[in-house]
Amino acid sequence: MAAVMPATAASRLLLSGNEAVARAVWEAGVKVAAAYPGTPSTEMMEVISTYPDLYAEWSVNEKVSLEVAIGAAYAGSRAFCCMKHVGMNVASDALMTLTLTGVIGGLVIAIADDVGLSSSQNEQDSRYWGRFAHVPVFEPADSQEAYEMTLVAYELSEKFKVPVILRMTTRINHVKSLVTVGERAQHIGAGFKKEPGRFVMVPGNAGKRIPLMFQRDIELRAYAETSPLNFIEAGSDRRVGFIASGPAYMHVKESFPNAPVLKLGFSCPVPFEKCRELAAMVDQVVVVEEVEPLVENELKAQGVKVLGKDILPLQGELSPNVLRPAIARLLGEPVPETQALPAMQLFPRPPTMCVACPHLGVYYTLSQVRNLNISGDIGCYTLGAGHPWNALDTCVSMGASMGVALGMDKGRGEADKDKRIVAVIGDSTFLHMGMQGLLDMVYNKGNVTVLLLDNRAVGMTGGQDNPGNGRDIHGEEAPRIDFAKLVSALGVKEERIHTVNPYELPVLFKTIRDEVKVPDVSVIITDQPCVLIKDYHKLKPFEVIDDKCTGCGNCIDVGCPAIHVTRRGKEVKPSGKEVDLAFVRIESSVCTGCGLCVQPCAPKAIVHYAPVSPIKLVNMGCGV
Amino acid sequence: MSDNTNILVVGIGGQGVMTATEILAEAAIALGHDAKKTEVAGMAQRGGVVSSHLRFGKKVLSPQITPGTADVLLGFESAEAMRWQHMLKQGGITLMNTARLVPPVVELGLFDYPEDPLAEIRKCGNKVVAFDATSIAQALGDIRLGNTVMLGAIADHLPFGAEVLLDCVLKRFQRKGEQMVELNRRAFEAGRAAVGEAEAALA
Repeated sequence: MAAVMPATAASRLLLSGNEAVARAVWEAGVKVAAAYPGTPSTEMMEVISTYPDLYAEWSVNEKVSLEVAIGAAYAGSRAFCCMKHVGMNVASDALMTLTLTGVIGGLVIAIADDVGLSSSQNEQDSRYWGRFAHVPVFEPADSQEAYEMTLVAYELSEKFKVPVILRMTTRINHVKSLVTVGERAQHIGAGFKKEPGRFVMVPGNAGKRIPLMFQRDIELRAYAETSPLNFIEAGSDRRVGFIASGPAYMHVKESFPNAPVLKLGFSCPVPFEKCRELAAMVDQVVVVEEVEPLVENELKAQGVKVLGKDILPLQGELSPNVLRPAIARLLGEPVPETQALPAMQLFPRPPTMCVACPHLGVYYTLSQVRNLNISGDIGCYTLGAGHPWNALDTCVSMGASMGVALGMDKGRGEADKDKRIVAVIGDSTFLHMGMQGLLDMVYNKGNVTVLLLDNRAVGMTGGQDNPGNGRDIHGEEAPRIDFAKLVSALGVKEERIHTVNPYELPVLFKTIRDEVKVPDVSVIITDQPCVLIKDYHKLKPFEVIDDKCTGCGNCIDVGCPAIHVTRRGKEVKPSGKEVDLAFVRIESSVCTGCGLCVQPCAPKAIVHYAPVSPIKLVNMGCGV
Repeated sequence: MSDNTNILVVGIGGQGVMTATEILAEAAIALGHDAKKTEVAGMAQRGGVVSSHLRFGKKVLSPQITPGTADVLLGFESAEAMRWQHMLKQGGITLMNTARLVPPVVELGLFDYPEDPLAEIRKCGNKVVAFDATSIAQALGDIRLGNTVMLGAIADHLPFGAEVLLDCVLKRFQRKGEQMVELNRRAFEAGRAAVGEAEAALA
């Protein structure tokens, strides 16, 4: 990634949409950039942090990141902030008033929609924010456009003193294509000017800004009508014309090379006249957009006759093999036959936790404790809902494990009166939006055992740093939060706070079992690092002595991907009950010696790998 | 219809599928092609399914390869090579590593791993060449050379000469010293030879 930075102007580089935006942010002379990691947006800030002469930060959540960017833009500097789609739900409180104050320095907010849900809990369409907050939305169709539109967005932002949303999708963020880059331009910040009527949004001031916002809408729509980001390609087959934005434009061009197309790059406010111009050229108009029928519905409300989600799916990604049959049916033509074989039926391969992941100990233990309802959260540990643990019962939004657990406690029905309520949350998610929920739980006298899994990283998005691990975005030393002190400050009683090594299963088991019985808020902090970050040290690997393995399968229940079944069998117990046996081996080349599987192995068949290990052995030392 | 070449590279998270596809893209670009590379890789770092699409040609529009249009399928793992057969065009070819990476859901007894993925692929009539990239890499002294073996394997099934791809592979290892460059050159040639021999045996 760092290789992007030294590239000279006019270089033609193979860049992802994220890398392209990062380059443009730097070239635009941005001074402040802030974000919270979230797939598929994360690499934007990772790459920005490798460029010189700008301030970049991992913020604790998206709302704070937007507020930091707002402050910089008020100060007259150019600012950037990016997030995944659900991040804007968190940041929107700031956005909805930012639209009234507007900005001095240009402010671009890149929102990455996970169309197709490759790594998210929902599939919302961020273009709604453009309508809701009355701000312009740009939709690039590839990396080159992502780069160019970011630069144009800063000009527009300063021309209209309005934040601009750059709406991306996974197929823009993560697709690599060629981009011709330029040079960094100098941007001199105007400096903050005290202007209470504009920047102090109390009712009397805010009310006066609203008509200005509506006037700006009119001006922006007129501007969108003439913007070169919106253009018509005449085509020769006038039976169907398309209005398309984002990656959908590429699919339309691929599928119907001769059709007239209105490409919307500046898609909010919708340039109605431009759309009417296309409609006048063709027999029928189809709006092709991911995901919601936004442009479509607005055109229908304007009396422009268009089709859209009437014939196209409301969910998921569009692609040529979705578009071609839909349009063939519309035209009454035979649906093009595919050469493709039917897909083969095969086992699923869901994501797994890593070998030796500290969460394995937590979920193995939770799976062994009976009578729990477990409120979960967002991160790698959401995988605890899967096999073999089945030890996570809810997942809603960042930090929700806290409030949901309290609600499950207070709202418990007769059937659940003996159930223990547990909440599981990671360090970064706790700092993002979980702290407030814990405070609420303490204040309102909840009966919940909180497992705070501190692995010192934002694991799921690639191990980014956060205030919990004492490193900033550049990996340099930063103040490190003490979780035990933090939860104590939020009101959890000292005797209800425990810090436990999740690899010590008996201690973890006893602590959880004891705390769930106490009718109070308890917090159990697990303190071992993510195996993918530099804080983790490998230990001597293990292997299974085949002769000693009894096939009980206890070690498989830990869920470590280094454990493999060599053969299966059956055994009739003295009670007459038949049980399945699974004899195992450990892939010693990937085992890092965490020892979790050793602990439930009754016949002590798991021992240190005998040959000299090629892995450099490092002691864990004390005090980790 | 577009004149793009469509290469599908598949495997599981952590195998180096995305990097291999990127190097293939670099080779296409070095020859002046337009290129787009995209993945379906939900949480792939965690051992999930990864399928990486590379399209190149005069001009590439949609980044996705549609089912039934892939020219070559490069499979880093046997069952994964099987999973994506529907992406191949008629007359397309599969080049697959015979390695079997069994996921936890199979170890838990919830699903079965196919007995013979290679036979299943043959059964559906597609041309397939299988080789043991892992053993080849191990014989060269480092299992991590498997990625380069895989790239060598596809080298003679591209619309350009193998040396262009080899150059792009070796460029990646230049700063790691002459020894690494040489090892990767051998891994590349070994992959190439393995496919060549397997094809000769089929003919």
